[in-house]
Amino acid sequence: MSSAVSPTLAPPERWWRSRTVRRFCRHRLAMFGVAMIVLLTLACVFGPYLLPYDELFIDLRARFAPPLTGWHFFGTDPLGRDLAARLFNAGRISLLVGFFAMLMSTMIGTFIGVLAGYYGGKIGAVLMRITDAFLSFPSIFLLLALAAFIKPSPFTITAIIAVTSWMEVARIVSAEVRSLRERDFIQAARMLGLSNRWIMFRELLPNAIGPIIVAATLTVARAILLEAYVSFLGYGIQPPLPSWGNMLNGAQQYLGSAPWLAIVPGVAITLAVTSFNFIGDGLRDALDARSDLS
Amino acid sequence: MLRYLAGRLGQSCILLLLVSLIGYCVLLLAPGGPMSQFALTPGISKAELDRIAEQMGLNRPIIVQYADWLWHLLQGQWGTSFRDGRPVLTIIFEHLPATLLLMGTATAISISLGVWIGIRGAVRRYSLFDYAATVGAMIALSVPTFWFGLVAIYIFSLKLGWFPAGNMYTIGNGSPADYLWHLVLPAFVLAFVDVAIWSRYMRTATLDVINQDFVRTAHAKGLSRRRVLFKHVVGNALLPMITLAGMQLPVLLSGALVTETVFTWPGMGRLFLDSLGYSDYPVIMGLLMFSAVLVLIGSLLADLLSAFIDPRIRLA
Repeated sequence: MSSAVSPTLAPPERWWRSRTVRRFCRHRLAMFGVAMIVLLTLACVFGPYLLPYDELFIDLRARFAPPLTGWHFFGTDPLGRDLAARLFNAGRISLLVGFFAMLMSTMIGTFIGVLAGYYGGKIGAVLMRITDAFLSFPSIFLLLALAAFIKPSPFTITAIIAVTSWMEVARIVSAEVRSLRERDFIQAARMLGLSNRWIMFRELLPNAIGPIIVAATLTVARAILLEAYVSFLGYGIQPPLPSWGNMLNGAQQYLGSAPWLAIVPGVAITLAVTSFNFIGDGLRDALDARSDLS
Repeated sequence: MLRYLAGRLGQSCILLLLVSLIGYCVLLLAPGGPMSQFALTPGISKAELDRIAEQMGLNRPIIVQYADWLWHLLQGQWGTSFRDGRPVLTIIFEHLPATLLLMGTATAISISLGVWIGIRGAVRRYSLFDYAATVGAMIALSVPTFWFGLVAIYIFSLKLGWFPAGNMYTIGNGSPADYLWHLVLPAFVLAFVDVAIWSRYMRTATLDVINQDFVRTAHAKGLSRRRVLFKHVVGNALLPMITLAGMQLPVLLSGALVTETVFTWPGMGRLFLDSLGYSDYPVIMGLLMFSAVLVLIGSLLADLLSAFIDPRIRLA
């Protein structure tokens, strides 16, 4: 119908040629981040099949082999297990935990933020005070207290990280929704008699999606860091299941004799977290319409 | 001013109440609960467990337990440790100075370094220095603190032998110089992330001020660049940093916990981890509450201080 009525209308812009995408692609650090994440993901998904060693194969004759001994690219650990194989398998767990923790915490934060921002008043005040209260705990204390008492598994760790890191998103979303609430298109939607739920999740949410995406990207970085902390301290992912954090767990005592045990997983964590931070920064610049002016 | 103070204090109290409720529920409702450590005793019977629960008041409804606990908390009775039976507050206050020393030193380092980097980056915007500082800050924010601590120990104590790898003082020594020597590595490791945050915020704040009319006026009056920068720009750019210092407190405390574990620093973080290992509920609960109180006081002080210094902020 649209083509018949208004034949002069410009064809819809393809999303991959939009200004936002072009701006993002010009952001060098963000592109570096994307490339690193793709590489890391590919390595973690396919790496274990390409390596000659199984991540659980114990070879006591090859204990503490330094990197580049034979086929042990990153060396071996105190039990003679291949560090490269463990690193890639651990990456699967750590990246998955980071991703799903982001998904859960973004959903919690968005839900609370939209409710608080849309209803405002008493409901908004109560919800935002709860958010403030959660923010008053040093997050690592709360996280550890929960992790220490709940039986650890990849799922519970993910859930615990999500429960302790949704507050930023909630604040951002509620501020965004509050500024959008009085706009004309929302007034129009109200006059059309649309339900509150429809207005919140079909009208307001899509318009606040930019800051949510940025916050979500940065949350992945934070979640990977948090998982590493908790697992390093022994309350996170439990061996024999490897994660980047618990690979560092035993590394401190061998720091003098086998420093690669600490360096290899640490570099992997830093690379992944830096990449997600770069991507988040690039997205923020790309989604901010004002950034063209400066 | 007084009305503002009263309002702010009221808000903090409500927040504290919420904090205590959340902390209490989180710990009590976690699977296992405080009874789980007694259930591990070999050969203990159900009747005995019930008796312990009754003795400790754990069989009452959770709301009653919470009210009772809160009432005692307000009277300064934070319970006694499951581990050695000493009062929780005493134990916390024993570990507080070490943490404060570490946090204070780290903050001093990060503020001085971060402010300097931020101002320089803003004044020479888009220079090599600015670009390096931006990328450097992003990487610093991504390095896990505990891993950075391990790397620092590896380089500076194991390889170079300049600094000790842990603890707060050498047993039998304990002179101020010895404390300082032990403080260097953990303080710098803890400050590392904060330098990044401070420099980012300081750069933005300086850029905001630099483009304002009164700075142009100062230049037009013929004041030297140096004078304009230090008298007019930096003073104004530092104001939002006070609020930031308040906001950074929980992050700093979290960082201190992690740093303390790597450097076996005998502070609150170390105490927290030890208590987790023993399922020492009263101490864990006490530390959670205590740190939240610290954070709330910190942000309240930051707000009051910035209002006190900056007459443009209206207290209403």
